[in-house]
Amino acid sequence: MVEGLIGKKIGMTQIFDENGNAIPVTVIKAGPCTVIQKKSKDNDGYFALQLGFIEDKGVKKIKKPYVGHFKRANIPPVKILREFKFDETSDVKEGDQFFVDIFKPGEKVNVVGTSKGKGFAGVVKRWGFHGGKASHGSMFHRRPGSVGASAYPSRVVKGKKLPGHMGNERAMVKKLIVVQADKENNLLVVKGAVPGANGGYLLIKKVDFNVKFLDRTSKE
Amino acid sequence: MNLIDFVEEKEKKENLENFQVGDNVKVHVVIKEGEKERIQVFRGDVISKKGSNIGATFTVRKISFGIGVERIFPLHSKMIRKIEVMRKGKVKRAKLYYLRNLRGKAARLKEAR
Repeated sequence: MVEGLIGKKIGMTQIFDENGNAIPVTVIKAGPCTVIQKKSKDNDGYFALQLGFIEDKGVKKIKKPYVGHFKRANIPPVKILREFKFDETSDVKEGDQFFVDIFKPGEKVNVVGTSKGKGFAGVVKRWGFHGGKASHGSMFHRRPGSVGASAYPSRVVKGKKLPGHMGNERAMVKKLIVVQADKENNLLVVKGAVPGANGGYLLIKKVDFNVKFLDRTSKE
Repeated sequence: MNLIDFVEEKEKKENLENFQVGDNVKVHVVIKEGEKERIQVFRGDVISKKGSNIGATFTVRKISFGIGVERIFPLHSKMIRKIEVMRKGKVKRAKLYYLRNLRGKAARLKEAR
């Protein structure tokens, strides 16, 4: 088995549970994913499965170095390639496909995505500084305040929280509960929000995934 | 078909009762008390219908022991067993929030004929 799948965020909606509560959910198009390459310790120095996310819209043009890569695996080219851990004791070959049914309702997953870009943000938005008074003669509203002091240390310490670019970076939301896994339409429904805008690519990973290795010592 | 509809379509109720803002309705709501289930009826005027698809809600207002009580129900909630229309109202507004400021005889709605 494999640790997770590549997906695409479709959007959010709500569904009702058995007690009649409305729960917020995110709909993700997860998989199908094809194994493009199986990485091994001998060849690559580590174990991983390289998965390709199969989309309805194929890829028109692929970059030249990848032509041979896809030809070797004998599958149509895909846009998104990502590596996942896998269970080495299971029989996985290049060209195998994984579907959304590797996730079961009630299971917990971590979802990785690229957060929405916020542009150049100040310290109040970016770091949660409280800011100053809005009125009563205050001239200190959303500024960062003192950054380096005078005599000591008389410099700005490294890692000081200052304004700058916010968002558009890798973000992970942990332990989201799987509500539905619909293999027919390749849809995964998780409770809560996931990073990024609708249409963004995601990695969905199992929380309880143990990597098993083949026993190599016994051969020698 | 949008992919999100595959999820929403399963949750939606198929045969929705046809009621409008201004109608006097009886809403049969399931109340869960531990293991037991029973049905409670909430009767009042529909003063607002909001939203679309799975997120749609409606507000019912009644006067209980002289105090105005409003409940907002999700239209597709599984806890609503039945909505009975007792009386059709004749109104000129989509939202009847003005009823909150009226008392007694003034807060009545005309019946549609």
